[in-house]
Amino acid sequence: MYNYTTFDKDFVATRAAQFRDQVQRRINGSLTEDEFRPLRLMNGLYMLLHAYMLRVAIPYGTLNGTQMRALADVADRWDKGYAHFSTRQNIQFHWPKLQDVPDILESLAKVDMHAIQTSGSCIRSVTSDHFAGAAADEYEDPRPTAEFVRQWSTDHPEFAFLPRKFKIAVTGSARDRAVIKLHDIGLTLVRNAAGAPGYEVSVGGGLGRTPMIGKVIRDFLPRADLLPYLEAILQVYNQIGRRDNKYKARIKITVHEHGIEEIRNRVEESFSLQRMRFDGVDQDIFARIEADFAEPIYKQASIEGYEIARQSDPLFRSFTDTNLHPHKNADYTIVTVSLKAHGATPGDASSAQMRVLADIAERWSHDELRVSHEQNIILPHVHKGDLPAVHAALRSAGLATANIGLISDLIACPGMDYCDLATARSINIAQGIATRFDELKLEHDIGHLKLKISGCINACGHHHVGHIGILGLEKSGVESYQITLGGDGTETASIGKIIGPGFSTDEIIPAIERLIMAYLDLRLDASETFLTVFRRLGPQPFKTALYTNEVKNHAA
Amino acid sequence: MKRDTATKIITANDLLSGEVVYLSTSGKWSIRHSDAILFEDKKAANTRLTEVQAQDTSIIGPCLAGATLADNQTPMPVHFREVFRSKGPSNRFLGKQTYAA
Ligand code: SF4
Repeated sequence: MYNYTTFDKDFVATRAAQFRDQVQRRINGSLTEDEFRPLRLMNGLYMLLHAYMLRVAIPYGTLNGTQMRALADVADRWDKGYAHFSTRQNIQFHWPKLQDVPDILESLAKVDMHAIQTSGSCIRSVTSDHFAGAAADEYEDPRPTAEFVRQWSTDHPEFAFLPRKFKIAVTGSARDRAVIKLHDIGLTLVRNAAGAPGYEVSVGGGLGRTPMIGKVIRDFLPRADLLPYLEAILQVYNQIGRRDNKYKARIKITVHEHGIEEIRNRVEESFSLQRMRFDGVDQDIFARIEADFAEPIYKQASIEGYEIARQSDPLFRSFTDTNLHPHKNADYTIVTVSLKAHGATPGDASSAQMRVLADIAERWSHDELRVSHEQNIILPHVHKGDLPAVHAALRSAGLATANIGLISDLIACPGMDYCDLATARSINIAQGIATRFDELKLEHDIGHLKLKISGCINACGHHHVGHIGILGLEKSGVESYQITLGGDGTETASIGKIIGPGFSTDEIIPAIERLIMAYLDLRLDASETFLTVFRRLGPQPFKTALYTNEVKNHAA
Repeated sequence: MKRDTATKIITANDLLSGEVVYLSTSGKWSIRHSDAILFEDKKAANTRLTEVQAQDTSIIGPCLAGATLADNQTPMPVHFREVFRSKGPSNRFLGKQTYAA
């Protein structure tokens, strides 16, 4: 993991102290809310429906046991004993009091954490593959690049007032787990024919009101050119990105309106100037960062216990069938801990659970944890021989749900239960779907399925890229849910299509059930996923299942 | 369910706790919707809102919300968003719903 330098520590501590002063001035009336608002947003403090919300950065989703424990302490001391892991690999506290936030930030600064750039029209906290540095299918670790970009973008004076927020994601695997194509900038680590390291750069992806898949602006950018090239993209966007309409202010609209050719030309022009300003210091910094991400010192031990437990314990077998991903070291595995126990709020963890995760990470995962954008926690380096112990520890904390990649492993944004922008709730729908499919005992049969729910068109729940997406809207004064089908957030990215009129709160779960039953009838065999069937047959059979049967049911 | 009404209340969030508050008949902010002062028309409500916006530094984001009188003559929220604001989240027993009636 990246080790904070004295400079980093001072910087974060100073920012916390500055915010303390700002909060005091707000409370004593020297600052109006209009003056204070941008200051609090710069420190990740929002005003939501029932309370403030503090969003703490977990850069590229990576943290250690001490940090997880500090977050649990915040939940207990200043919040309501739990926290919410978000689809941006960050963590949110939903009940802090204004006067406590300076203490919270000070406590987090002590463990090298902060809430800087988790909000506002700036370059947001960088995201990455949650299996980075561990997955067998990875060809290069994206974390040094993610950290490099984080340092460059933190407090960058030129990009503090962009037209809107700006999100950068990085991956080093052919299997895109970081939704690269749906980011303002997506960086994929690649090598050219000569074997030199670099990036494929895509630009102009995004969800929200106008979902767009990013376009490749450079298929090979040499590694040493990364920062000047990013500066060039940001400069072009800063100059010609629209500021007249907030919904048209993202770079996806700039790319759409000007065309990728024109954007590329402008970027290249700016890049040729930028490049002269970089004299190699950045590459020294990159090398230093890279050294922090050396592979862990793997232990040599027997994995016999793993096989024995699989034979004797059906729960362990089910867990290891579902929640593991191949590690680059054959004796190791990557464990995904589901924060989606059936009927629970996706992404929520109690402080007790967070402490158990911290303990497990320290003892059995080389002191590393990851937060996935799918709102789960990853133990990236677990020796297979330790898996029975890890599983037992997870079980005792209610964290051993074996549902990764299945229908109940769904994403849901906080929706109208917390969010002031929401048009409908999303958590209740997530809970209803997970509970229903658990009752049916069908989810393992259904297999790989990505279901994603957002409580408004801002799409924090990534509904556009769900195989099944659900968007909560308001219709005639009640909550209404629109279904999109065929979305995909991976390397084969596609935007889901609206399938027809929306469903009420009572209708949506039976509708999803009809959809799934139709899929089970339509698939050629169990290996054909929902998405593959949709791509093979198109929307019609699903439309029929959704709407014809509904009419029948109503008539009956 | 109705989306809005001509009769309004004034609501905001408390500066320190962030809790949802309502301008009450006493002129103070109350955490209970039932204490809210109901304005018969939007104009009167807007006039009061402007005053509140200019004077009150103890709250954030004051605005109008539709409300009607219930049978027991206390104001009731109209839009489901305001219903949630008056109770707390539906996925956890937290917020106003935990207070004794
Ligand atoms: S999608 Fe909408 S409702 Fe959900 S968290 Fe984002 S802004 Fe809030």
